Amino acid sequence: MKKLYYEMLRIRLVEEKLTDWCNAGLIKAPVHLSIGQEAVAVGVMAALKPQDKIVSTHRCHGHYLAKGGDLKKMMAEILGKATGCCKGKGGTMHLFDDGVGHVISAPLVSASISFAVGLALSFKMKGEDKIAVAFFGDGAVEEGIFWESLNFASVHHLPVLFVCENNLYATHSHILQRQPSENIAERVRPHGVNICRINDANNVLRVVEVATSMVDLVRKNQPCFIEACTYRLREHWGAGEDWHLGYRSREEGEKWIAKCPFKQLQKVFDEEGIPRSEIEKMEKFIKKEIDEAVEFALKSPLPSRKELLSEVGG
Amino acid sequence: MARDDRKPITYKDAATEALLQAMEKDEKVFLMGEGVDNITGVYGQVLPAYKKFGPSRVIDTPLSENGLTGFAIGAALDGMRPVLIHQRNDFMLLAMDQMMNQAANLRYASGGHHKVPLTILSFVARRPGEGIQHSHSLQSVFAHFPGIKVGMPASAVDAKGMLLSAIFDDDPVIILEHRHNPLFEKKEFVPEGYYETPFTSNIVVSGQDITIVTVSITLVNALEANTGLNVKGIFPEIIDLRWLRPLDIYPIIQSVKKTGKLLVVDTGWKSCSISSEIVALISEKAFSFLESPPRRITLPDAPCPASQFLEPFYHPTTEAVIQVVEEMI
Repeated sequence: MKKLYYEMLRIRLVEEKLTDWCNAGLIKAPVHLSIGQEAVAVGVMAALKPQDKIVSTHRCHGHYLAKGGDLKKMMAEILGKATGCCKGKGGTMHLFDDGVGHVISAPLVSASISFAVGLALSFKMKGEDKIAVAFFGDGAVEEGIFWESLNFASVHHLPVLFVCENNLYATHSHILQRQPSENIAERVRPHGVNICRINDANNVLRVVEVATSMVDLVRKNQPCFIEACTYRLREHWGAGEDWHLGYRSREEGEKWIAKCPFKQLQKVFDEEGIPRSEIEKMEKFIKKEIDEAVEFALKSPLPSRKELLSEVGG
Repeated sequence: MARDDRKPITYKDAATEALLQAMEKDEKVFLMGEGVDNITGVYGQVLPAYKKFGPSRVIDTPLSENGLTGFAIGAALDGMRPVLIHQRNDFMLLAMDQMMNQAANLRYASGGHHKVPLTILSFVARRPGEGIQHSHSLQSVFAHFPGIKVGMPASAVDAKGMLLSAIFDDDPVIILEHRHNPLFEKKEFVPEGYYETPFTSNIVVSGQDITIVTVSITLVNALEANTGLNVKGIFPEIIDLRWLRPLDIYPIIQSVKKTGKLLVVDTGWKSCSISSEIVALISEKAFSFLESPPRRITLPDAPCPASQFLEPFYHPTTEAVIQVVEEMI
């Protein structure tokens, strides 16, 4: 349980640091922060084994960190430095750390879902005990390739877990402007995969519970779909809040702020008698790690001009 | 059992042999596509592989071109060597996101960490009546994108060798066979064993009067024209491009420096095409050697008509090659 808090806090504090960087004008890229949504990444990852593989989207920082991705390489990548996980050529929307099983991130909505299906196909063909997990948002289910992926995984009984982070908005459009209902899982059900909708996926313990039972099924080659309802607290991209834009109300946001993943878990800590000083210790430890990563990233060399044309292939 | 390679085999069967040999050589190779296991087995090319390796390595799929490409990329990211088969290259337009935004870019965007050893095998399926969505020749569209290789075999030897090169290359490669005759059923002597075709253009006929660059089946037209032209004392140099990307322009430059004349014959449209690219490159690199303006024989800038009475006027012909060469000489 402390590990869950630690992992969520690590994501939050890293993204707070990115907020500082944005405000200081250091980042020349659209960062998509997952502040508010940390419990989904951490809860699902807690149910996985190290050899399991994940793919993610433009909002990938949380998944990268929760899967164990290297913080220094992440920070360097976001600054466009040569030491970044993609040598500066992928950027904030393509973070990956293959060594820990985060295979790739891709911002073209829904595209990476199909990679997870392909990974799962490969695991099954090789007879390996691994599963693939695709993280994506509610907008992704409006793309045809999501349904193509679901269909293929179902027909071929592939070890793949689909995790839809339903935060109600695709950029600035509410889900009911785009889909017939807020409930995505019910529309997935007829595809012959196991489904579960987590109404409050800011409750990390609930996410762990659902993910663990779903992962068990996935390991038996029964693909599963989790709809994890959560809420993005920052802009679609950028470091600020965006209540002033008027596409969503502060009242709606307050309801989700009340379900803060940290507050929910702190309550459990209190019940279990875990002292708050434990959290302070974690915070201190993580801040030290972040300081080191910041120093690494800032001091890292710029990519050389020849990188422009290297590894093009074709 | 080894085939007797003293007997010629068709372009179609040479490609069939490549698929079989690739799967025998490496168990990471697998085939997938719509209807690959059915009674026609993609013009017969996939059935032998299906009979030998069964449905676990020759996977019949739903009609999901974009999704399938993504599944193949995912498997390739895990070290497999998938061969994705579309029965017509027109269908590949449904998969442009996965081919070009994803497969072609992932090596670059991962700083060189990821390899995407994906082969996409498809066909220019030109036949009378196939019309606007079943017979186009879209190589120039695909070759526009850095990060993906594009080849069009024009002989049985290359139908096998280029496909093997593609499957064992670490980048995504598109191979477009041409189903029209007299190419698809044309017999040639083809080595029985494993071999790969290099990523180079191929000087098929040496000559000194004019350089004819051909793409895909237009090699057949040029070779037919060559016979007639030789009788008239005209000796073209004929270069089969083989690969649009990587584009091996050097032999073409050298040839134009010798002949001073360039004709490009392509199965695709004229505008923004591989024929445009070759003419542009020769203008940049060998302009002072050109004795006359380069010419092109391509499709007219119109969709392919289905009518059997219109379609024969649509494609490049042997007669057109002879006529343009005579005009240029």
